[in-house]
Amino acid sequence: MAAIATVAASSFFTLHSSANAEELGWPEKEELTFGFIKLTDMAPIAIAYENGYFEDEGLYVTIEAQANWKVLLDGVIDGRLDGAHMLAGQPIAATMGFGTKAHIITPFSMDLNGNGITVSNSVWEQMKPNIPKMADGRPVHPIKADALKPVVEQYKADGKPFNMGMVFPVSTHNYELRYWLAAGGIHPGYYAPHKGDNSGKIDADALLSVTPPPQMPATLEAGTIYGYCVGEPWNQQAVFKGIGVPVITDYEIWKNNPEKVFGITAEFAEKYPNTTIRLTRALIRAAQWLDENNNANRPAAVKILSQSNYVGADYDVIANSMTGTFEYEKGDKREIPDFNVFFRYNATYPYYSDAIWYLTQMRRWGQISEDKSDSWYIDMAKSVYRPDIYQKAAESLIAEKKVKATDFPNFAEETGFKPAQKDFIDNIEFDGSKPNAYIDSFAIGLKQGDLL
Amino acid sequence: MNSSATVFSKLLPNQSSGFHYGKLINSALKNIGIPLLGIGLFLLLWAGAAQNIDTSLGKFPGPAAVTTQFAALYNEHSAEREKADKFYQRQENRNAERLAKDPGYQAKIRNYTGKETFLDQIVTSLITVSSGFLLAAFIAIPLGIAIGLSKTLNMAVNPIIQIFKPVSPLAWLPLVTMVVSALYISPEPMVAKSFLNSMITVTLCCIWPMVINTSVGVAGIDDDLVNVSRVLRLPALKHVQKIVLPAAIPMIFTGMRLSLSVAWMVLIAAEMLAQNPGLGKFVWDEFQNGSSESLSRIMAAVITIGFIGFLLDRLMLQLQRWVSWDKSSAQR
Repeated sequence: MAAIATVAASSFFTLHSSANAEELGWPEKEELTFGFIKLTDMAPIAIAYENGYFEDEGLYVTIEAQANWKVLLDGVIDGRLDGAHMLAGQPIAATMGFGTKAHIITPFSMDLNGNGITVSNSVWEQMKPNIPKMADGRPVHPIKADALKPVVEQYKADGKPFNMGMVFPVSTHNYELRYWLAAGGIHPGYYAPHKGDNSGKIDADALLSVTPPPQMPATLEAGTIYGYCVGEPWNQQAVFKGIGVPVITDYEIWKNNPEKVFGITAEFAEKYPNTTIRLTRALIRAAQWLDENNNANRPAAVKILSQSNYVGADYDVIANSMTGTFEYEKGDKREIPDFNVFFRYNATYPYYSDAIWYLTQMRRWGQISEDKSDSWYIDMAKSVYRPDIYQKAAESLIAEKKVKATDFPNFAEETGFKPAQKDFIDNIEFDGSKPNAYIDSFAIGLKQGDLL
Repeated sequence: MNSSATVFSKLLPNQSSGFHYGKLINSALKNIGIPLLGIGLFLLLWAGAAQNIDTSLGKFPGPAAVTTQFAALYNEHSAEREKADKFYQRQENRNAERLAKDPGYQAKIRNYTGKETFLDQIVTSLITVSSGFLLAAFIAIPLGIAIGLSKTLNMAVNPIIQIFKPVSPLAWLPLVTMVVSALYISPEPMVAKSFLNSMITVTLCCIWPMVINTSVGVAGIDDDLVNVSRVLRLPALKHVQKIVLPAAIPMIFTGMRLSLSVAWMVLIAAEMLAQNPGLGKFVWDEFQNGSSESLSRIMAAVITIGFIGFLLDRLMLQLQRWVSWDKSSAQR
């Protein structure tokens, strides 16, 4: 009798909460095209496709590699693509109107970490004497840009520009490379969009320019740039090709930093709400699969990513960073279990504070040319990052018992702001609720009241 | 010398048949043997050179590596077909399931969403190039005829042709892309934008040789023929149909042949630049992949592109022989 009661109670409970799932409704648009750039952090999209999570939602998704981040962004804006693997800064900058103007939102953050900074062999040789060694002769990590500073100064003294590559003006890579350089006293240059100067080279010691991710190694090899910041597998590729040495990963610049997001237009989310929630559900399941059982599925994921229609690099190159290790100088392979995080630490939840960090860096380097109030930063973050959609998707999955409630933030109490954190290479504290105070705390960079 | 040899062979039929037999073997050796020798030498040179080129992705692929890739690409294609079959099966089940729950649902079968294999890319490229080429021919030939017939029109249009003729496809592409995305807005598009972009770029680049050749052909018609038409007082349309077209056909076809080779070259470049589906995208994707197999796959694509270009040219030549009364114009 008691058993029946429990069954009844639990079925009542399922009925009640899966009313949620039923209410999801059929997808309004079933055939979708998603764009991506050949990088390992596009994995949730590939896995959602290959494991049939999209199809489970009644979505028929075509996945297309894009030539570069600009083409990808334009594709989403003009509707050729329904959604895409994006740089976290892209939806924010587009919504703000830096570069192309369009209201893009993100209901799903794709991963944490996953980038690295690589320098050419010759720059590495020049840096090496400035780096302390461990007992076994290997360099001590993390390597700060202090070790690069004398090299850059030498180039400047010789009248040669010190060129470095990043993937897009509003890319995580641009901000990470700038963060690292500035923390070591190397000025990466300002932007001045109000004067029409979007080259980002005002007052620069190191000149940063855009190169699409897969072309980074080739550009380094050609000698056009002396170093770059890019996502995987393009740092490990440099090691395999013997053309460069990754000096630091972004995990060491900012522990568990938010990386790519999944971007769609606000218009799409409005027009196709069911489709939006369903695609978010599929991506959540894929991210969970990627981190399940302590990364047990990673080798299978690497195999999928090495297919020519996804990332396409060799299995070994992709596996190097995807399976919890990272190879610096050839032969110097170290454990970094959190180099690629797809689900744990609430990696997929779109935190407002993550968006605000990007906004502070945009202000710091002049992409936002004038002062803004704290509330402006918060409002901007809220119009781009959409935890409400994420929450609906996650709750319906919880109701269907496809995921556990404990794997997610406590939605009832979640504010969307991570607690203040200090895990940066320069130990400066970031509190998402006080963006202006954070901007003022850097030695290099624009501060409140500054106008170029 | 030649004629005396013929006379000689006519006089001595027995000997001549033996002579012809030897000649046949000789010419067979020449026609098959020499090209084979050329190909063989090329393969040797290629294999030798490949050995000595070290790229950061490994050695430059030799003939053996490329052959392996051809096989691998074919296997990939078969595997993808199997996946597609399963995809359609799952889709039918899902449609049935949904119909059970939601009777108002209009079930439909969506195309396979998996990757395009090498063979699929070839088909895509061929469809795109023929559409672009046909569209160009459709515009160019009437335009060429009109220009050829009227000196005034020729003077008006010629500068424009001369200016647009040398423009590279890579310059047209951004314009075409922007215009197509602005004008071609439809929730359920008939054809993909990427297809339109490639096709129009091809058309813009391959239209000129056809216009020029057609107009030159038409302008150069024998005066006697024109006079005959005058005497007979043929109406304008009849004049074009009975006199102009037959007389200008060899030149029109020469123009079409030139255009088709231009079209094929342009298409591959456009696909590479815009990442539009087709062989060009295949090459660019492989370049971006940077895997140890990428170079041999690109080489396989290069050979395929060359071979298809060659076949397209032969096809036009055959067509030209077929339609033209002046067989000598189609000798080369």
